[in-house]
Amino acid sequence: MYMILIGGGNVGIQLAKRLIARGEEVLVIEKDAGTAGKLANLLGEEYVMHGDGCEVFTQRDAGFERADVIVAVTGEDEDNFVACQLAKEVWKTERIIARVNDPSHEETFRNIGIEETVSATGIIYNLIVQQISGDDLVPVAALHRGNVEIVESVVSSRSPLVGKLVRELKLPQGSFIAYVVREGVGMQVAPDTRIEEDDMLVSIVAMKDADALRQAICVKS
Amino acid sequence: MNVVILGCGRTGAALALQLSSRGHSVTIIERNPESLRRLGKQYPCRIVLGNGLDEDVIAKAGTESAEAFFAVTRGDNTNLMAAHIVRSKYDTPKICVKVADPHRAEAYRKMGLFCINASGLLSGMCRDWLTDEPYKGIDEYNVLPPELEV
Repeated sequence: MYMILIGGGNVGIQLAKRLIARGEEVLVIEKDAGTAGKLANLLGEEYVMHGDGCEVFTQRDAGFERADVIVAVTGEDEDNFVACQLAKEVWKTERIIARVNDPSHEETFRNIGIEETVSATGIIYNLIVQQISGDDLVPVAALHRGNVEIVESVVSSRSPLVGKLVRELKLPQGSFIAYVVREGVGMQVAPDTRIEEDDMLVSIVAMKDADALRQAICVKS
Repeated sequence: MNVVILGCGRTGAALALQLSSRGHSVTIIERNPESLRRLGKQYPCRIVLGNGLDEDVIAKAGTESAEAFFAVTRGDNTNLMAAHIVRSKYDTPKICVKVADPHRAEAYRKMGLFCINASGLLSGMCRDWLTDEPYKGIDEYNVLPPELEV
């Protein structure tokens, strides 16, 4: 597999190291000459190219045409955006993955057909929310191009769910509670599972029904 | 007309001054307050300080009711992404993007975005000035000359 990484910052270096160790064919494109030089010393010259990954010339020389995967991991969303869009439109790359720094830009990437985005800010935010409030749905993973989500929520002492059986809950159609983590132990949910305080519920929901599920199983703050 | 201009660099400031003096209602989005000096002592237009890729900032500039949006910062990618956000959120009739890299401009032109490529414009006009050819319309200068094709 030929994988081209755009951006040789911390994320790019660590990714490249691991992919090279896996035996993949990897090329990192880095705009800054100094950084590119250091990177070449660290990874080996054959893995690094100095250039602007958003320039069509650079992309041609890097071999975008035969790349299996393009990964844009610079620290600037606009650079990742243009690199990905050119890969898609000019070079018809099939697998494109983008690092998105501002989570509100994920939609903008989806608009141009870049479904695979990773946002460290979003992930850390979700972890913080999970730590400080159990009263909301916390997205854990997106499935099927983001149309289906796995979400977590914690049952607080104020929750009307406490003491109820799973089959008594009115959940939006197509969503269900798949799993309960109670005192650190996970268990499958049956219709007669009784919900207790501090349970962590793992649910699967269609994105469009997430608000309805939130109303059904979260306490309004 | 209501016009939003992203970037108060030389291009953005000159555009804001010219459109304002012709009676148009201009809002400029700029990240760096220092750059506003280009507008002179009395700003002829509304200013929104902030990041042009932030949807809230774009909304605050009144883009929803604007007839035109110009993305003219010095960053090609910033301009292209901002134009994309505006295009997907609003029905702005005219969107114009400044793109310095001729190939990038050409690629996005093919995707239906109106991109002004300053190097193409300038080199084409210099060529015609030297060889006494008549000046042409913007679209002719704007297209990628065959000599530059990848």
